Amino acid sequence: MLLEIFNTKFSQPHLKMLHLTAMRVGSLLARRATTALTSSSARMATHGHGTGELSETVDMSQPTYWESVIVPLPDIPYKNELTAADKSLKQKEKGPWSQLTKEEKIALYRLMFCRTYPEMRRPTGEWKTVMGGILFFLGFTGLVVWWQRAYVYPTPPRSFDEEWQAKQVKRMLDMRIGPIEGLSSKWDYEKGRWK
Amino acid sequence: MSLQKPVMRGLLARRLRFHLPIAIAIGLTSAVSFKYMVTEPRKRAYAEYYKHYDVNKEFNAMREAGVFESVQPTGK
Repeated sequence: MLLEIFNTKFSQPHLKMLHLTAMRVGSLLARRATTALTSSSARMATHGHGTGELSETVDMSQPTYWESVIVPLPDIPYKNELTAADKSLKQKEKGPWSQLTKEEKIALYRLMFCRTYPEMRRPTGEWKTVMGGILFFLGFTGLVVWWQRAYVYPTPPRSFDEEWQAKQVKRMLDMRIGPIEGLSSKWDYEKGRWK
Repeated sequence: MSLQKPVMRGLLARRLRFHLPIAIAIGLTSAVSFKYMVTEPRKRAYAEYYKHYDVNKEFNAMREAGVFESVQPTGK
């Protein structure tokens, strides 16, 4: 049955299919752009502040801020240049912590770290892009194979003909192939037809 | 702002205590169901086939069909 599908040549409905896949590519690229933007905010954390560099190179010989779920304490604090308010907060941090208010504790946390654990663990929806890409390329491959069947494959061997296949099955039944649980067990030899 | 201290120890033991009985149960179920859904019917099918098996009848039927090279069908 599959062979019949591949036997037909390229026809008009499939040009419409190409338009649909083009639209999907467009939406995929838009989604990929948004994921790139959100991940660049994490990359910004590694950019050296106040280095005065025109190019975006990071000095990899210095410790960089790199946060991940499996590395709880990065090498350096997130914010290295502290405003006067931050500096006074850091002074207060040297005293007993029970005197810090909740907002001050959160501010100190944000000085040290870029994101909290729940923020790091937040689902990105990247799987949708991945699945979309997989399905898109599977579909594209299907179209390529279809085209190949129409324009590339030579004529199939004669053993693919219906008549040949029927003769082949008859010979297998004559030889009693699979007589107990296989092919010949499904054939009724007295009545000459399938059970 | 006071979080509960997370569990720090015995994580593998806890995982095994949960997953090992399930794994054993699934393994046993698979084995038992395979035995009663595959091997027992197969044994019965073979027994049934060979209960009334006549080798000469089968041979002659195959000979007439012309699948042998050592003997020809009885017509020739």
